[in-house]
Amino acid sequence: MRKNARDDPAARLGLDAGAAFGVSWTFQLDAAKGDTVPEEKKSLIKKIRSTGAMKKLMADYFNELKEAQDTGSAKIAWCTSVGPAELLRSFGFQVYFPENHGALLGASRIAAELIPAANAIGYSPDICSYLTSDVGAYLRKKTPLTPAFGLDGAPKADLLVYNTNQCRDVQDWLAFYQREWKVPLAGIDSPRNLGEITKNQVESLASQHKALIPLLEEVSGRRFDIDRLREVMESSYRCTQLWKTVLKLAEHKPSPLTFFDGTIHMGPAVVLRGDPRAEAYYKLLISELEERIAEGHSAVEDESLRFYWEGMPVWGKLRDHAETFAGHKACVVASTYCNSWIFEPLGSKDPFEGMALAYSELFIVRSEEYKEEYLARMVESYGIDGFIYHDAKTCPNNSNNRYGLPERIQETLGVPHVVINGDLNDLRMYSEEQARTQFEALVEQLHERGELR
Amino acid sequence: MTGESGFFCGVDIGASASKLVLIDRSGDAAARVVRHSGVDYAETAELCFAEALETAGATREQVHGVVSTGYGRDNVSFADVRRTEIHCHGVGCYHQIPRAMAIIDIGGQDNKIIHLDARGRRQSFKMNRKCAAGTGAFIEEIALRLGLDVGALDALAQTTADAVKLSSFCTVFAKTEILAHLRQGRPVEGIIRGAFQSVIARVVEMDTLDGEVVLTGGVVAHNPTIRDILSERIGRDVTVPPFPQFTGALGAAVLALRDAAATETKDA
Ligand code: SF4
Repeated sequence: MRKNARDDPAARLGLDAGAAFGVSWTFQLDAAKGDTVPEEKKSLIKKIRSTGAMKKLMADYFNELKEAQDTGSAKIAWCTSVGPAELLRSFGFQVYFPENHGALLGASRIAAELIPAANAIGYSPDICSYLTSDVGAYLRKKTPLTPAFGLDGAPKADLLVYNTNQCRDVQDWLAFYQREWKVPLAGIDSPRNLGEITKNQVESLASQHKALIPLLEEVSGRRFDIDRLREVMESSYRCTQLWKTVLKLAEHKPSPLTFFDGTIHMGPAVVLRGDPRAEAYYKLLISELEERIAEGHSAVEDESLRFYWEGMPVWGKLRDHAETFAGHKACVVASTYCNSWIFEPLGSKDPFEGMALAYSELFIVRSEEYKEEYLARMVESYGIDGFIYHDAKTCPNNSNNRYGLPERIQETLGVPHVVINGDLNDLRMYSEEQARTQFEALVEQLHERGELR
Repeated sequence: MTGESGFFCGVDIGASASKLVLIDRSGDAAARVVRHSGVDYAETAELCFAEALETAGATREQVHGVVSTGYGRDNVSFADVRRTEIHCHGVGCYHQIPRAMAIIDIGGQDNKIIHLDARGRRQSFKMNRKCAAGTGAFIEEIALRLGLDVGALDALAQTTADAVKLSSFCTVFAKTEILAHLRQGRPVEGIIRGAFQSVIARVVEMDTLDGEVVLTGGVVAHNPTIRDILSERIGRDVTVPPFPQFTGALGAAVLALRDAAATETKDA
């Protein structure tokens, strides 16, 4: 039965789409017809049934943000993707994640027309292209959230909260809106390049989280409630565990899902962690993927090579990449990117220490030695044949090829790699042909080495 | 059934030039053709093929396998198989120089470094970034700035050992640098040698180069001085195979021959 367009915002666009990170590839199809797989060529991407439920959940999330904005039913807090979302949610904030919007602008391929607007007011084309696309979207008053969810722009914040664990750009990004809207900006200043995380570091981060409380009380008009925080943390932890289970199902050979599926289905883990609806969604997804395994189905037909994707996705090329790998019977089974929303320490007894550790334990915050060990574990558990490193022009923080890591991994583990030059959002920095040739050359190399299973 | 005779074809449709090699069953070249790739890759490939058949005195039916490679590899309608230029360059080099080596290929629009082990298996490779630095395109731009035909550069570069150093990565900046050198009355020959050095500098900083270094591609084919500059830079001899511009096409032809041989063995 055809869905009522009023129930499905994506259907209003004529799209089979959700929202980033729950972005559907069809956003891309609409944005750049002719630049994707020709219609007559059958897609090699296998659909995941649960996607419908995820789209609904993501639509509900955006509709709630719209309602909060329109009616003032709740205060809106912007939070960077690995920022203190649990703490904000415990105060009843509707939490909005600007990187989610950044990814949506990338996936819908309108980033390239928005970035120049930010460049023109002094934001360099060399800084984070999430930032420049998002600021450009604000300046040009253009966002896919309008046709999809009736939002006339990103929902206006009552409060802006960052954590510099991932980069400094997030702070500068939110500072733009602080100046525009004259709303408070606060955050956590994290140390980076961490080896072992010391007690002092955890204490300092925990106290920075606590120091946010008076401001959050003031903006939300609610008193801090530790029981409520514990409740949110527990839900967030369960969500994280379920998301981990989803990703670990890809250890199965052949894998029931790809990295490209992961970038879409991570939506609820990013924007709704701490909300029980995200947990329910992942239970559904897990049962579908387990069913695939039980029935002997795989995400990529006749999977014969297994890759690891290191770095940001190229949002505007997700579909092309998924098709290219599937065309070579290769499955990208794991990625640092999707793994970054597994926060084990959220289960800690002390919620502040839990948040402090969860948001500093991440790959992006860690030392080269840690990263090397981490990737070695991934090779082992997922049976990785090769690495794809994405050197994203505007995100040095998430481009882990720049300090000799691929070479060291190749040397110690004998796992070959390619480095793709590109960007998360700015497709002007990406050469389709070079990327394709490099993927294919790596596949040829692995075939030649007789490493096909 | 292919019989004992017959030819095998490799077509390398590069961004600037298209190269085609026909080899016979013993792996020797029977024809080599090069043309500008132009805008219609499919047509260029056809024209190369027709010319090669004529040179070899062969018919299409006598060609028992075609492998295409290069940027335009998908546009070669008569190809049986497509392979990347990275693979084909490795195979083409190893066919002529059967040892472990580091291959540097400098083409019109890109460059690559490929490491092969003693059995010819690729160990790793790198391609350049999306930029003219370190490619033939850089040299073409410099020729344009100097108002010279690109074909005249090598002879001029050979007349001097005093290179005028160009330090900019960026082609546009390098051209501005050249203007400054010209204003200061620096000799054109030295500037050209400096431009060649710049190409080599951009390439060698991409990767480490252990063992024997083999240089291929259109840039060294047209500018043999590039080999000397690379040799100076790394402090040892550099091998250039005969017909370095055809290495990828030769590798593709060798792959066509191997594929045919494998099929025949299977069918036998
Ligand atoms: S980590 Fe990279 S992509 Fe994410 S906000 Fe920072 S600079 Fe942008």
